[in-house]
Amino acid sequence: MNIIERLEKIDRRIIFILILLAVIIPLLLPIGFKIKVSEPVRIFYETIEELQPGSIVLISSEYDPSTMPEVYPMNQALARHCFAKNLKIIGMGLWPQGIPLNQASMEQAAEEYGKEYGVDYVNLGYKAGGIVVISAVSENIPTTFPQDYAGRSVEEFEVMEGVKNFDNIDLIVSLSAGDPGVRQWIMIAQGRYGKKVSGGVTAVSAPAFYPYLHAGQLRGLIGGMKGAAEYETLIKKSGTASRGMDAQSIAHGLIVLFIVLANVFFIIGKRKKA
Amino acid sequence: MLLIFLVLVKGIIFYPIDTPHDNNLAFNIGESIVEVESIAPAPPTNVVAKDKPNDAGGGIIVSWTKSADDGAGRESVIEYQIFRSTSPDEGFELIGTANKGFYRFVDSATKDGTKYFYVVKAFDGMLHSQAVMSEAVASRAQWFHTGRISMLVAVLIISFLVLWFIRKAKRGEELYIRPIAGLEAVDDAVGRATEMGKPIMYIPGILDMDDIQTIASMIILGRVARKAAEYETPLLVPCCRSIVMSAAQETVKEAYLDAGRPDSYDADKIRYLTDDQFGYAAGVDGLMIRETPGAIFYMGAFYAESLILAETGHSTGAIQIAGTAMPSQLPFFVTACDYTLIGEELFAASAYLSREPLLLGSLKGQDFGKAIFIIIIIIGVILATFGFSELAAWLTTG
Amino acid sequence: MKKQIPLIITFIAGMAMIIQYFIPHRPFSDIQQLFNTWFLIITVFAMILGLGNLLKLHTRRLQRRPSGWWYSIVLLIGFAIMFIAGMVWGIERGTPFDYLFWNVHLPMSSMMFALLAFFVASASYRAFRARTPEATLLLVSAILVMIGRVPLGNYIWDKLPLLGDWIMSYPNMAGQRAIMIGIALGVISTSLRIILGIERTYLVGK
Repeated sequence: MNIIERLEKIDRRIIFILILLAVIIPLLLPIGFKIKVSEPVRIFYETIEELQPGSIVLISSEYDPSTMPEVYPMNQALARHCFAKNLKIIGMGLWPQGIPLNQASMEQAAEEYGKEYGVDYVNLGYKAGGIVVISAVSENIPTTFPQDYAGRSVEEFEVMEGVKNFDNIDLIVSLSAGDPGVRQWIMIAQGRYGKKVSGGVTAVSAPAFYPYLHAGQLRGLIGGMKGAAEYETLIKKSGTASRGMDAQSIAHGLIVLFIVLANVFFIIGKRKKA
Repeated sequence: MLLIFLVLVKGIIFYPIDTPHDNNLAFNIGESIVEVESIAPAPPTNVVAKDKPNDAGGGIIVSWTKSADDGAGRESVIEYQIFRSTSPDEGFELIGTANKGFYRFVDSATKDGTKYFYVVKAFDGMLHSQAVMSEAVASRAQWFHTGRISMLVAVLIISFLVLWFIRKAKRGEELYIRPIAGLEAVDDAVGRATEMGKPIMYIPGILDMDDIQTIASMIILGRVARKAAEYETPLLVPCCRSIVMSAAQETVKEAYLDAGRPDSYDADKIRYLTDDQFGYAAGVDGLMIRETPGAIFYMGAFYAESLILAETGHSTGAIQIAGTAMPSQLPFFVTACDYTLIGEELFAASAYLSREPLLLGSLKGQDFGKAIFIIIIIIGVILATFGFSELAAWLTTG
Repeated sequence: MKKQIPLIITFIAGMAMIIQYFIPHRPFSDIQQLFNTWFLIITVFAMILGLGNLLKLHTRRLQRRPSGWWYSIVLLIGFAIMFIAGMVWGIERGTPFDYLFWNVHLPMSSMMFALLAFFVASASYRAFRARTPEATLLLVSAILVMIGRVPLGNYIWDKLPLLGDWIMSYPNMAGQRAIMIGIALGVISTSLRIILGIERTYLVGK
């Protein structure tokens, strides 16, 4: 086997090592690439900016630890943005593992902005049923979630005063990594009740939501870690997503280099055989 | 002096109950706190209440035109308050509020058949506007969802086409369908695994039996299991859900019975791993590395674990055939697998593999349905380009 | 009879779900929620079957000791620890179960997901070859989108992110919609076959 054939069939462990280095080195030695904000993230940001102080945002977490690197930074940035604007947050989730993640992000932001649980935000917890839960919440939130995630009655909480159903919610944000998720919220909350719905999803599923974005059914979309980094740029609070952008840039560049080299070797090899 | 004082102060609800301002409503006089400069906000207008359409009853929609002081004029309105009574003269109770800028409220707690009157008032935090009342309205349940007529028409057309072609197939007519490389390779894949003396691995996706892709996967599993039984090749089926495991065991058992090899059936080879997505991926990867299958089938719904499974499968040297209706995962399978069934080809697989006339007929009907939709899309695009959006509006379901 | 009853149940359940979509009047409007609730209950009981299968299989492996039998010990110990931690101390914040969730389960799940970065690189290197015009188009689009969607793209050419976004918003979206329409038709056809009992392999064999 000549050198070209060897390079064409290179052991994939060498590729793994190069990718590992491409990710670790920029994390340890940041480069500081500037982040340009895309239109879907700008729309998301402006949808929150339009809300008046005291408006209620429903944040529904439909992700789990495996997609945390992409979606959790969005959750954190969103909680910070809401508290910076003195918006109230009602948290809930259609995936059980999303609840502690949503709670952690709200708690962290609450500490930074001096917000209080029960007064400025609440976490209603998880309910099984997916789209059935969304339909139930559209009709009556306290009946669907009589207690918060820790088992306390929702009637105790100031933030839940006067909140009955979608009519009392100003914006719904679904942070999702699959189904049930953004699609179901669009179907019920936007499709049936005309509520404003915004979404945060993983990078791989973001393209599937562009039709909803272009049709106006989705008010802004944050896609993947880059989207989260863009959002952090807009709210002027750097987080894990921004820090990860350097590593992602170098890793993407390296993969593109692999593809180009593989095709160069392929063409050379083809010519030699011809 | 007192009279002059009262004349100078506006927005006081010291009106007698039967003046036009209050529309014969009973409110406590001491309700409003009067300040010399306070002026009540302008009332909303055009209050209309109607039965909520296309529901199971118990809902009335109240809508109004915004107050002149909402976002304009004095900009004093902070919310609208909605009151309800069964009589136009008395007994109005506050049932809900709507933020400023809103002009719609849904009352979801009505009794069907009972007539209600609604009053909407603008509120600025201290004073209410004049009350504006709607006509009497009663809620009722509808027997047909009029917003879904287009869907009903579509379902009827496609169902008719499917049944029509099934009838044609029953009469013995030859129905041509295009070849699909992935499905033609199924037999080769099973044969190759048999020659190499290696087992076949069948991965039915990570969703439960309520997902149509998983059902389609079970159908294909039946065909693959029958082939595996005929060749006496071991078949491993790691499952992500307990119900899928039960269904897969029954499917494979029936396939072995049909093939006349009931003794070869081993229930332990169809096993449950875990519901957790990446725990399942780790478990399947481990099985692949240890068992080194000769052929791997990925049929069903997959998420991010698709490439993890497919790349590991590739590293074992197995021939891989994938089929999924998850558009986001198709690129990964196309990259890592030898053959990929794209979207509807997964649902067509059972017809292809069995060549049963009834199934082929349904496939033809489905294709004709697609042709009709293509024509409708082209017509709709042309109409929308020239500003006619009625077709698009009719096709949008509520 | 053993084969007929499941088909009858499938037909009734399928038709009920179709009818409830078009008829909002009670009792039809309650059908979807009722069936969803029944399904949830069945799923929970079915978990017992799955767990039983898992424990039975791995306990038997401990007895027979085939190759790799020690992995079964790991599984059984892990299962026991999480089960006991959850049952004895609960699952709220600060309990051992919660600690294990955040510090064991979470990093392991993230690790599995992180494998994708390596596999994308190796799969791209192996598979993205310009063998045909279509394959060339695929790899050029992949390169443009990958570079356009990271800050590095902006440094190479400031129009690259726009190009990447254009590819995602127009050709990609058109392709996704086409696939989704095809899938929807496939779903209708398959569902019709299942409801009418034409397709029965998954239920009762041939």
